[in-house]
Amino acid sequence: MNVLPTPVLLAVDWWALGAVLALSAGILLLLLLEFFPAQARSNRSAIVALLTLAAAGWSVFHVRDAKREIFGGMFVHDGFTVFFTLLFCAAGALAVLLSWDYVKRTRINQAEYYALLLSATAGMIIMAASNDLITIFLGLELMSLALYVLVGFQRHHLESNEAALKYFLLGAFASGFLLYGIALLYGATGTTGLGQMAAVMIDSPMLGNPLFLLGGLLLIIGFGFKVSAVPFHMWTPDAYEGAPTSITAFMSVGAKAAGFAALLRVLMRAMGDVQADWIPILSGLAILTMTVGNITALLQNNLKRMLAYSSIAHAGYVLIAVVAGGRDGAASALFYLAIYAVMNLGAFGVLTLLGREREERVLISDLAGLGFRHPALGIALTLFMISLGGIPPTAGFMAKVYVFSAALNAGLVPLVIIGVLNSVVAIFYYLRVTVALYMEEPQGEPVYVSWATPGVIALIASVVLTLWWGIQANGLLAAAQRSVLGLL
Amino acid sequence: MIPLSWALILSAVVFVIGVIGVLIRRNAIVIFMSIELMLNAANLVFVAFSQHLRSIDGQVFVFFVMTVAAAEVAVGLAIIVNLFRLRETVMVDEVNLLKG
Repeated sequence: MNVLPTPVLLAVDWWALGAVLALSAGILLLLLLEFFPAQARSNRSAIVALLTLAAAGWSVFHVRDAKREIFGGMFVHDGFTVFFTLLFCAAGALAVLLSWDYVKRTRINQAEYYALLLSATAGMIIMAASNDLITIFLGLELMSLALYVLVGFQRHHLESNEAALKYFLLGAFASGFLLYGIALLYGATGTTGLGQMAAVMIDSPMLGNPLFLLGGLLLIIGFGFKVSAVPFHMWTPDAYEGAPTSITAFMSVGAKAAGFAALLRVLMRAMGDVQADWIPILSGLAILTMTVGNITALLQNNLKRMLAYSSIAHAGYVLIAVVAGGRDGAASALFYLAIYAVMNLGAFGVLTLLGREREERVLISDLAGLGFRHPALGIALTLFMISLGGIPPTAGFMAKVYVFSAALNAGLVPLVIIGVLNSVVAIFYYLRVTVALYMEEPQGEPVYVSWATPGVIALIASVVLTLWWGIQANGLLAAAQRSVLGLL
Repeated sequence: MIPLSWALILSAVVFVIGVIGVLIRRNAIVIFMSIELMLNAANLVFVAFSQHLRSIDGQVFVFFVMTVAAAEVAVGLAIIVNLFRLRETVMVDEVNLLKG
């Protein structure tokens, strides 16, 4: 008698895929709605995108305690996935609010804009939830392809186009490295599943195996590009400067967090046994990333470019947390990424309000005197700057404290010293913004502020969280610590 | 039966040609073709190991990679065509507004 094969697809636990399914449905709905043409200033797409992100966030929050593995363990739903899914949905929602008016002013208010934003979010979620190198690759490409287009969305704009070209060519180059690395790891271990890889390594140690070492190295290069670690950061300032500001805000936060999520899962799940191989490499990357990012940021006159270098430096601090490893290191990385997301979205969010229709005013000199003409905006930007600089009582300070203390507990004294020195250097360029806000006279026409309610809501949310986590960070830290339990 | 090492050497050569192409060529289309060479080198590794390890996984991955590469071509060529419309050039060293 024939035994029928188990119907695998029906056995899938769809709740675990809830967020990705909700986002996919939202993307299709957005594109279908375009059959009923909307007016140029319509809010329809933005509202649909916001509701979709809320649904995605809710669906993952609804089953937050369950641990499930689907598609043969390639996609896992655990605390780590839940943490990052909520982070990406929140970052996406803030980005939609910041885009609301900005896309109208820059004439890119199209449903495709929001559809691509949602698909980038879906890609990030898949990266964080993947337990297999191939699904990580697919998630990464889903995210990157959407971001390439979004960066070049102002297609009649030379800067936007150039940014898209550079981001695309270097991003695809990095994907090539990543994929070759995956192929070599597959050859060395006979599997691409992270759990299976760890199991294989128990029987046959991979420490010093050339095929495995080369594969791991190429994998780190690929991830290094995505999180913009030095020396793989060349695309970052150009892509961030040329992209629409709302997209810069989103990708500086989301793409980086997704890259780190995948990197953390790979290192902790599969590569725990070969720590001795990757710790020196990542330590070197962390030192280079912090130092080069901070020193180059000192020389910038364009605020978007300065924040791009600052985001490179912040990747360096997160790399310290990754090197520290273990429960504390991983938890402090998650903690740092969540706080970084809020303050960086806030800082770029202020920039999305500056300028009239089709006018970009993002030089530091454009800010001159803004603090007196618009006190609320001045205070918000000052707060984000001191938080990014890591000065108490802001969230950025708590983030740095936890990362450095996790690193100290892991015995990484030199890394911590270099990190603290870097934080001191960084304060100079963050305070330069504050100086411009309050102590300089505007030259030429003062910058026009295009107030818009959704953008203001996003800024208020960022300000509140930046302050709240600066004073009361225990809740977030406990959540981060719970989330990494599944990785160990 | 072709030995595994031959396939690996071939793929390494193709990969290095791709990397060098990206680094020294200035035409965006040629850079893009070099990136495709890198992806195909990875495909070759997948297929070779799939044969060597007697596991079908590697061959399945190649399909995923080909799909992704096709999607990348769609996006990449669109960006390059748009660039050509605005600037009438596809040379990356002539595209240099963003600096610092």
